[in-house]
Amino acid sequence: MNLTGEEERILKGEFGSGTQKAMELLVAIGEAYDAEKMIHVSRAHAASSGQEGDLYFVELLADGGARCKVPTSTNPVYDIKYFHSLFNHISKDEAQVARRVMEAYKRVGAILSWSCVPYLSENIPLYGESVAFSESSATPYVNSVIGARTNREAAQSALAAGIVGETPEYGLHVRENRKGTFLIDVEAYLKDEFDYTLLGYYVGKVVGYGIPVLTGISRRPSTEELINFCAMSNTSGAISMFYMPGFTVEAETVKDAFQGDTPKNKDTVSDKELCEVRKELQTASGRLDFVQLGCPHYTLKQVGRAASLLKGKKVHEGVGFWVCTSATTKLLADRIGYTGIIENAGGRVVVDTCIDEPCWVGYRDKVGMTDSPKCAYYRRFKDVMIGRLEDCVDAAVEGRWG
Amino acid sequence: MRELERSFKCHKIIGGYGEGEALVSREPICFYLTDPLTGIVREKTHELAGKNIAGKVLVFPSGKASSVVQIDGLFKLASHGLAPKAMIVKDVETVLIVSAFITKVPLVDRLEKDPFETIRTGDLVRVDADKSRVTIAARQS
Repeated sequence: MNLTGEEERILKGEFGSGTQKAMELLVAIGEAYDAEKMIHVSRAHAASSGQEGDLYFVELLADGGARCKVPTSTNPVYDIKYFHSLFNHISKDEAQVARRVMEAYKRVGAILSWSCVPYLSENIPLYGESVAFSESSATPYVNSVIGARTNREAAQSALAAGIVGETPEYGLHVRENRKGTFLIDVEAYLKDEFDYTLLGYYVGKVVGYGIPVLTGISRRPSTEELINFCAMSNTSGAISMFYMPGFTVEAETVKDAFQGDTPKNKDTVSDKELCEVRKELQTASGRLDFVQLGCPHYTLKQVGRAASLLKGKKVHEGVGFWVCTSATTKLLADRIGYTGIIENAGGRVVVDTCIDEPCWVGYRDKVGMTDSPKCAYYRRFKDVMIGRLEDCVDAAVEGRWG
Repeated sequence: MRELERSFKCHKIIGGYGEGEALVSREPICFYLTDPLTGIVREKTHELAGKNIAGKVLVFPSGKASSVVQIDGLFKLASHGLAPKAMIVKDVETVLIVSAFITKVPLVDRLEKDPFETIRTGDLVRVDADKSRVTIAARQS
């Protein structure tokens, strides 16, 4: 790679060993992809997690005196005190890892958002910006819905980019690589964001690694529908970018999305395929122990919808009802009164965490219900039912479903 | 029968030197699906199921699975001293690069000959990533 004098000095350690380590990682990635140079990034999102590999790297940078050069937000971990007051199963070692991860991100000067949808409020890229955003929904959302440019980063490569303020010029930072690879015609009826979760899950499985171009979408998708499509397609597959010509920003037509080429791979999705995805993910029916919503983190609109469905009702005795969201969204939900309604019904609005964190260990042998295939896929609990938000609320009230 | 040493150029991704017995997998590998206390592949349907990757020179097409689990998987193996000695791959992606970087396992690609036709499980292989060279020191007969 051709490095500037300043970049060479970072690599030699003149600005401290933490920034040096970050630069070493970026150069290794750049050389692997034959990038010619580094480019500036305006912001980054590190998919932090309460796990040991993540802890090692962020502490290495923090101990070496590194500080984020550009705004760098963080993914969910969990509030140790809050969960210790609810469950007594979290091991000391796991809690210690989470505590140290959160402290180290603070030391490097990250935006402590602990949110998986930072692009909605804490760290919002603009059209055309070069950024480094890890996290399954964030990478495709930022590329496709916003039209900024990011590769499918790991937490560590995104953090390194945030520390140095640069990333190697490769992959989706290069226009030619943003070309569609797979045409998907959507015949299925898409009612709400739940159907978009199933569509995303199906598309990720069919395409695997690539850039799908979706046609046949009959109305403008909502923010929530797009978030869910992104999260699910980048869970069942490696979808860093997609096009819905007419609704996403970068290509007006299918032809533009394929940069003039004829698509080689094609598929059609009907109601039947979405129905099969749902069946594939479902492992139980009947009695349930808890409902888990907010994977990805619920938006304010979704928290409000959950509250309106629960208003005047009571969650069944012994059933847990959880709505995961970001701290900023909860602040508004508290103020508007959504949180109060959910709590009065026996539910909880919880911030800073995700179903994939060790704090949910108390549900290891339990049956849960969710509106998120991603939650079902990564679950740390035994069996799962999948349904729309309305179904999840009914099930929580009845204590059973199906 | 013992053959002469054969040496090939490769492309360094993560530097360092490692030597050991080769273990070849034609399927992508997820390190999270190995036992962190032994190095044995736990993924039942994988061609390496039941084999031990600890201390081996691992030859495989690419990594797989989400960034969090892949990196944590190799990190746990490395912290128990059970990481591979080196890795030779065909396709790299960011997550595998990060995994090798934080565990300091030498990683190379673009071997001048197809690694799956050149290296067999059991061969003694030296990977000098810093010099961009892979040497097959002894063939498994």
